[in-house]
Amino acid sequence: MPISEWFLETGPIWLSIRLAFVTTLILILIGAPLAWWLSQTRSVFKTAVEAVIALPVVLPPTVLGFYLLVLLGPAGAIGEFWLQFSDQSLTFSFTGLVIASIVYSFPFVVQPLQNAFEDIGSAIVEAAWTLGAGPLDTFFTVIVPLASRGFLTAAVMGFAHTLGEFGVILMVGGNIPGETRVISIAIYDHVESMNYQSAHRLSILLLVFAFCALFLMYFFNRRWRYQR
Amino acid sequence: MNLFFLQYKPSVNALIYGLALTLCCFSSAFAESAGVAVAGNFRLTAQELIAEFKEVSGYSLSMSSASSGKLYAQVINGAPYDVFMSADADRPKRLEEADHAVAGSRFTYALGGLVLWSADERYKGENCLQVLQSLNFRRLAIANPNTAPYGLAARQTLLHLGLLRQMDGRLAVGENIAQVLQFVKSLNASIGFIARAQTYHPNIGIGGCRWEVPEEYHQPIQQQVVLLNRGADNIAAKEFMIFLKSTAAQNIIKRFGYKLPAVRLKSADK
Repeated sequence: MPISEWFLETGPIWLSIRLAFVTTLILILIGAPLAWWLSQTRSVFKTAVEAVIALPVVLPPTVLGFYLLVLLGPAGAIGEFWLQFSDQSLTFSFTGLVIASIVYSFPFVVQPLQNAFEDIGSAIVEAAWTLGAGPLDTFFTVIVPLASRGFLTAAVMGFAHTLGEFGVILMVGGNIPGETRVISIAIYDHVESMNYQSAHRLSILLLVFAFCALFLMYFFNRRWRYQR
Repeated sequence: MNLFFLQYKPSVNALIYGLALTLCCFSSAFAESAGVAVAGNFRLTAQELIAEFKEVSGYSLSMSSASSGKLYAQVINGAPYDVFMSADADRPKRLEEADHAVAGSRFTYALGGLVLWSADERYKGENCLQVLQSLNFRRLAIANPNTAPYGLAARQTLLHLGLLRQMDGRLAVGENIAQVLQFVKSLNASIGFIARAQTYHPNIGIGGCRWEVPEEYHQPIQQQVVLLNRGADNIAAKEFMIFLKSTAAQNIIKRFGYKLPAVRLKSADK
């Protein structure tokens, strides 16, 4: 197989993995503090924030995609700022897809983390405080290890959900090889142009990966439950 | 309990009557009606055609609109359509060859035109072709050349102009011609190749620049219609196929920015 053809076939796979990896990393970094705050706060805004976070679960990708296209575009609030700052347009770019994926997969990372944090309970945290641990120390040496199941679930869900993203990317991506043509878009293209064999190859890959990821997640979750 | 029952029973009756009435309506509608599958770019025009057809013949048609590729896949999987108005000639031909459509019923109902268009006021008063040639833009939107006939024509135009190579890293590829317009209209793409018919849409607004692509820059965009097997004995569907060749229908098609094939001989369409 010539190199260019090989890239056409496998390029979308690597791009999807890169997108999912970057998105999950950023989501864990911003999701963990937010989930911690949600698990502890008694603020009146808690319910409202929870509802906003869960929005991508219920909204159709067309709604997210449409708003992102407007917001990230050169005439939109975020897109205009980005254009002046970097002289690059956000739509039809990898960076734009990362932003879109963060919005799209947000609840799938924040909710497992929040559940894990809530399960820990205040007794252990207060014990750590009385033993002289500072807030950051407590978070990294007590809470994070105890919530490792939550972190695993959050990472797997965030990664797999981003890998399976389609509608939003179709609307803001622009189908650019190496930049925005991810695996789901490539499959769609193959089906539309009646290349059913290529569509099969990519689809079965995604199916097997999704099963393995979920299987491993449930497997480890179960083992940890028995250990504790 | 009794009271509840009394309140409840009439609504059950109403439901049954309502259901019966609905079924009646549907079955009577099926008798003299047909389903038309219409390529996305022709949607507005088809609406007008179907309305006019109802005036003259009394038959009411139901319309489903999607990309030609999707409609094609639906038809081979048994979708309830009687007539298929595609945006290309290839798919109706395939349907005919695979015995999904009535042999010999296929003809070109419209010729599509390509327009290079911008919504950006920055380009007001400028020549869109010059904007393209001087690479004075960030993104050019085209439809997917592998799946959309207007995308293929756009690609051929770029090839003809010797600009295809230079478009690397400047293209944004829409899934269909409607998405291309959406990219251009929202200014996400500075310019784009859209269908001439789209510039006739009432909400198009004032563009920045516009260039009519000469017909000889790309292969003709022959939009063909075919009578599907399901409609082979449907009077409404067969009448509609005849209606499409009438002067009244052709006037509507022309009014929406399409051209008509020069010679309407059967051999010319094959």
